[in-house]
Amino acid sequence: MKYERKTFPGGTHIIDYKGFTNSLETVAAEAPVRAYIPMSMHIGAPSRPLVEIGEEVKMGQKVAESQGFVSVPAHASVSGKVVAIHRMPIPNGRMVDTIVIENDFRDEWLTPLRQLPRDTVNAMDKAALQAKVLEAGVVGMGGATFPSHVKYVVPQDGKKVEVIILNGIECEPFLTADHRLMLEQPEKIISGLKYLLRMTDCQRGVIAIEENKMDAFELMIKLTENEPQIETVVCMEKYPQGSEKQLINAITGKEVPPGGLPIDVGVLVNNVATAAAIADAVEWEKPLIDRIVTLNGNAIKKPMNYRVRIGTLYEDLIAQSGGVIGETVKIISGGPMMGFAVYSTAIPVMKGTSGILVFNEESHVLKRETEGPCVRCARCVDACPMRLEPTTLMKAAKKSDWNRAKEYDITSCMECGCCSYVCPSMIPLVQYIRLAKQYVMSKDGNGAVNPFLV
Amino acid sequence: MENITKPLILSSSPHFHSRYTTEQAMKEVALACLPAAAAGIWFFGLQALLVMILCIAGALASEYLCRRMMSKPVTLKDGSAVITGLLLALCLPPALPLWIAFLGGAFAIVIGKQVFGGLGQNIFNPAHIGRAILVASFPVQMTTWSPARGMLANASTMATPALVDATTSATPMALMKTGAMDQLPALGQVIIGQVGGCIGETSVIAILLGGLFLIFRKHVDWRIPTAYLGTVLVLTTVFGTVKGYGMMYPIYQLSSGGLMLGAFFMATDWVTSPVTKKGRLVFGLGLGILTCLIRFFGGLAEGVCYSILLMNILTPMIDRYTKGRIYGGSGKEGKPA
Repeated sequence: MKYERKTFPGGTHIIDYKGFTNSLETVAAEAPVRAYIPMSMHIGAPSRPLVEIGEEVKMGQKVAESQGFVSVPAHASVSGKVVAIHRMPIPNGRMVDTIVIENDFRDEWLTPLRQLPRDTVNAMDKAALQAKVLEAGVVGMGGATFPSHVKYVVPQDGKKVEVIILNGIECEPFLTADHRLMLEQPEKIISGLKYLLRMTDCQRGVIAIEENKMDAFELMIKLTENEPQIETVVCMEKYPQGSEKQLINAITGKEVPPGGLPIDVGVLVNNVATAAAIADAVEWEKPLIDRIVTLNGNAIKKPMNYRVRIGTLYEDLIAQSGGVIGETVKIISGGPMMGFAVYSTAIPVMKGTSGILVFNEESHVLKRETEGPCVRCARCVDACPMRLEPTTLMKAAKKSDWNRAKEYDITSCMECGCCSYVCPSMIPLVQYIRLAKQYVMSKDGNGAVNPFLV
Repeated sequence: MENITKPLILSSSPHFHSRYTTEQAMKEVALACLPAAAAGIWFFGLQALLVMILCIAGALASEYLCRRMMSKPVTLKDGSAVITGLLLALCLPPALPLWIAFLGGAFAIVIGKQVFGGLGQNIFNPAHIGRAILVASFPVQMTTWSPARGMLANASTMATPALVDATTSATPMALMKTGAMDQLPALGQVIIGQVGGCIGETSVIAILLGGLFLIFRKHVDWRIPTAYLGTVLVLTTVFGTVKGYGMMYPIYQLSSGGLMLGAFFMATDWVTSPVTKKGRLVFGLGLGILTCLIRFFGGLAEGVCYSILLMNILTPMIDRYTKGRIYGGSGKEGKPA
């Protein structure tokens, strides 16, 4: 059967390296000996610890509460004793207060996990559903980690939600966590979407899946056959198809204005994993304490998807997967296009950790030639999904020409990395743009000297 | 973790590259030049091959010397000097004395490229700078055309005793300039390249083969050749009708002189053409207008080289005024592709 493939202008095709892990069942990872729960697993104000050192905690117990509106609580992913609260690094390199829980391996829940009766769920009004999402500490699980409840409360100020898009694109190479989730727990994703529709009085939900996951697409088509509000669409395999703005453009033809939010064009976007977490939060009152993580890269002996407790250290997960081949030289948290290179393996899996990629020195993927001169081939201009001129921005950045950078809309750059990926002269375009953008957006962004490049 | 002995590599994302490099692109451009070069050797003999070799040698030697003199890394490896030399040879007459060819290659690199700072910095198309300097310096040699192999020695061929091995042959461009429509060779000959002219400019078929390959491989945006050739087609149709040159006039205009090679290989040079899509259309339009103005009213028979050089000057300005609407920017609402 042929389906119309949706897409957006620009972008680039990237070898996806998804084979192998996309056909393996997700395996439950062992619970860690110690779980490390950072207070900043989301965008917004950090959570505030509710427990003290020495305190016994149960699984699913709220160990930190949200501070402010754009913030979420955090929960214990194991049962045991709080042994420390100290600062430690998270994947993006920042140091964050972290609650350390020593696992007693009894996995005792605070309240035994049970499914709420259908009638109770159906009787919940909007506020009750939103409260459940907040209480479960659900954040965007595609990597942005924006607190989910915020998106569904904001529309109250007169803006109407016309369509809710579930993002099942997963356009980053190597990652197959969302793919496996769609194959293994599609019903959960669909019911999560239904709660989202109920929360916003929205009549149309779209599940968008990239064409390299046709098995998941066909399964989802079948399961949504009798759901008049929900349609499943297939999108062209192209990076960054899963970027929020590009996905909105592909599905609705609309464009989010610069500096605006999807709700400005009547759209809300959530990751499929977030929808599944919301279904758990509503039907089981289960907080977000685990997620699927892709473990991959040429140094990993057994690449696979694992259901991992939040707070498991990278090194613990890598060790139990069967270890590594050769000398590890680089570890990426997330995908290779937008993920973070980490400097330590003693950092915890968080709510937004979609993958851990481990590479040894034989990896051709990481080889980088020296930067050459720009030959104005305009491949970056053609690839930029925001339709910027990366080459012009890069030259402005090098010359500390902030006015030129602003004139060419540097703040609209979402740092997807297409320009750096396609540049035949190996110029790290987005890296230059990132530096200039940070400066332009900073308080003294009108300075004459480039503090990064002198 | 026990398998980590050195500090992990830290870098800013993306951690991934397409592996497609400038060197690779240059190789493909050289490949695209091959049909035109082969046609030149077939029609004009060994002499054409020698001109190519000397041009490339001149380009490589001067590139090497310039880089050494400027204490900059030697950049012969990127292949751009080879391309410049080869493209220059393709728009030179086959009977050109070899030392002039060598000099042309050197001019193209030194004046056309290295004085601006090397690859990516030049304002003008280096090959055409080389050609323009040669035309100004050696006007006789640069307009002495030897006949193509198998070409009938018809009325337009006149023997000059001074040139021993060459009967000079009027090019279709020169014939059209004087309005001698009845003396033009058959269209078939023009298309395959069996006419007098520059080494790589005569065979429309061979140039199209290479040009379409470049478009297919996305080295070249279709917009520049399309806008350029389209403009020339329209203007020559109008001019031909006014002058009463007949239906075939625009076709001869399109297939003769340096237009085809210019449209696909010279005007599309990355460094000296606009980066915006709209800008490329404007660029092609300007090229078409300038070329026709020179061809119709100028003192020269051919205007491709000078039009491209003139439009090269305007490239930064065109880029500036054709900045596209960004995603979500004000203006017409974008449509999914």
